[in-house]
Amino acid sequence: MATVAVPIERENYLNKEYGVASWLFTTDHKRIALLYLLSITFFFFIGGFFALLIRLELLTPAGDLVQADTYNKLFTMHGQVMVFFFLIPAVPAVLGNFLIPLMIGAKDLAFPRINLLSWYLYIIGGLFMMYTIVNGGVDTGWTFYTPLSTQFLDTHVVAAALAIFIAGFSSILTGLNFIVTIHRMRAPGMTWSRLPLFVWANYATAIIQVLGTPVLAITLMLVALERIFRLGIFNPQMGGDPLLFQHLFWFYSHPAVYIMILPGMGVVSEIVTCFTRKRIFGYRFMAVALIAIAVLGFLVWAHHMFIAGISLYSALAFSLLSYFVAVPSAIKVFNWTATMYKGSVSFDTPMLYALGFIGLFTMGGLTGLFLAALGIDVHVTDTYFVIAHFHYIMVGGMVIAYLAGIHFWWPKISGRMYPEFWGKLAAMIIFVGFNLTFFPQFVLGYMGMPRRYWQYSPEFQVLNVLSTAGATILAVGYVLPMVYLLWSMRYGKLADANPWDAAGLEWTTSSPPTTFNFDETPVVTWEAYNYDELDAPKEVPLER
Amino acid sequence: MRLRRFLLSDSPTVVATHNPDLQHHFSSMEQQQDASMLGMWVFLITEIMFFGGMFFGYMVYRFYYYAAWLEGSQHMDFWWGTINTVVLLCSSLTMVLAVRSTQLNRRKSTVVFLLVTILFGLAFLGIKAIEYHGHWTEHQFPGLNWSWPGPYSSQVALFFSFYWAMTGFHALHMVIGIGLVLFIAYHAWKGKYSALYFNPVENVGLYWHFVDIVWIYLYPLLYLIGHKKG
Repeated sequence: MATVAVPIERENYLNKEYGVASWLFTTDHKRIALLYLLSITFFFFIGGFFALLIRLELLTPAGDLVQADTYNKLFTMHGQVMVFFFLIPAVPAVLGNFLIPLMIGAKDLAFPRINLLSWYLYIIGGLFMMYTIVNGGVDTGWTFYTPLSTQFLDTHVVAAALAIFIAGFSSILTGLNFIVTIHRMRAPGMTWSRLPLFVWANYATAIIQVLGTPVLAITLMLVALERIFRLGIFNPQMGGDPLLFQHLFWFYSHPAVYIMILPGMGVVSEIVTCFTRKRIFGYRFMAVALIAIAVLGFLVWAHHMFIAGISLYSALAFSLLSYFVAVPSAIKVFNWTATMYKGSVSFDTPMLYALGFIGLFTMGGLTGLFLAALGIDVHVTDTYFVIAHFHYIMVGGMVIAYLAGIHFWWPKISGRMYPEFWGKLAAMIIFVGFNLTFFPQFVLGYMGMPRRYWQYSPEFQVLNVLSTAGATILAVGYVLPMVYLLWSMRYGKLADANPWDAAGLEWTTSSPPTTFNFDETPVVTWEAYNYDELDAPKEVPLER
Repeated sequence: MRLRRFLLSDSPTVVATHNPDLQHHFSSMEQQQDASMLGMWVFLITEIMFFGGMFFGYMVYRFYYYAAWLEGSQHMDFWWGTINTVVLLCSSLTMVLAVRSTQLNRRKSTVVFLLVTILFGLAFLGIKAIEYHGHWTEHQFPGLNWSWPGPYSSQVALFFSFYWAMTGFHALHMVIGIGLVLFIAYHAWKGKYSALYFNPVENVGLYWHFVDIVWIYLYPLLYLIGHKKG
């Protein structure tokens, strides 16, 4: 054993210290990112387990696997775990945490201890969630609608609300940290117009986290107070208005959709430019579109309430505003496409995911326009059409962008390459599995199958079987990366500093980086995505 | 511009100061101070949104049930509320004097001003407790302990729901604020802060003023809207 010659590794953030304490008390943004990576992966599989049970129940029209009450709990906890404990922290808390200081040439986030605190808050919230799950769960739907949640249910509503309240503060602190870091910690020469779009995307996300999450926090607190002390702010018997709850809830929870998708757009911008060897088409428009989505996202929440009894005029206004969101979203899709046009495109794993993202996000976005239209919304609201629509955004968009990012920056995070063949295979399986799971649900919804029921009429069975089959394929696709990424940490080929020849400061430091990221503070004199400059000497002969 | 100063901060004159309170990942005290100030302001924005949810709900029902709101407001203790407003304004004055003393390197007066701030804060909470006790004995806690002899019983209960929730969360922020001031006072006494390093004092001051301002809005909305002269 001792005779084997081990090549001396350069000191980096992973091998600098060992032991549990060196991780649990770290203030290094890269280590905290890995703590998040582990914890959100755990919750991803918990939430995925619930999803699988839901799909198994829906394999047959009869309610045979679980009872109605259990089914209600399954979709509630699937939603709460996936939204608050996976999707919202996924890209910001893992990739953003790891990459933002590297991308702007800083040694760390502005508040390293607050960064660690936010992970602990996430874990405490997660423990409350696990307590809820283990003790029989909660069946309010992930939306906690009153008065159902306040007056009629005997399940663990308060514990679940507290779980999300606490995890919300984790999200707020992450956003706060990012805003301050991006304002105050940029390296000399790293101007706003030179920031990678991933940083812009996380900045836009952070604005939503900071402005939106506190409103959810107080709303859930009022629900908890109503259950514990019998205050009556949403209680119709006292003149309270359940619609007020819905307004407050969606004031956060619609922008929360953009918390979940904007960072993914940032990831895709980085990958599309790298694997087409081109500067992003319309950098400024891309940056402004991110901010525009964040701002407009705050003005559309009531499109979740078209049939809840809001006035026709406000419904019209919210419908129109919802259409406006399509403008910056379309700018992004068109500009990614224009970036690829006449580029030298290579189809490595991250690029496969990124292409998947662009297609699926477009599908999800366009069906979102159907739902923004008042007449169609009345027909398909609370059907599987809605389910399919937002899963195209959340899973087809965000989860795929997250996987794209994990693969793209895996050499930087772990210092190892993942096996390319398995990477591509998993990307294909996920793409096929995803579409097979959720495309039939568009049809089901259009045919009128309502959401949130454990039984359905027999004529819907064929499409449901297809969907369940797709979910099984998707599950295989999700387990694969976990296996080969873990494998690569030990056996993967060692990665050099910049295996993709990518632009960006994070690729100028070693893989994995040292604790303080850069040996000396970089000075930036170039624009983002300067691929023409990077490739110029060796690949492009001076023709003209 | 702050940015320009930050960009120039690699110049040896700034780095050479090497204050022991400079954390490793900042390149200058100025950058560190700018960052922590900005962080505090962003945090206060989240606080505005947090309380904003309740103010929004208050506003909606104030339009729905105006008469009940007046009825409820008339059962607030006008004088205790007014005295508490004065107490809090005084505490903000002593807080700002504490920040000023730190900037002038006056350690002892910093500590004294911070302790006086804490006393004002405790006085506020004491008065609030007296009020809470009064409301409880008069069965003015919706749900758990509610009986209302006057008109609009259930809508007045809604008013009191807001009263308890809003003042309750405000009082919770006061408790946290007192804890923070105590923490700062201890370190000030130990001589941690000076004209070169005072942003913890300033940030806690910002928080304290914010909590004060919340009360400045709560006071008229709860105590004054139904108040009759004489």
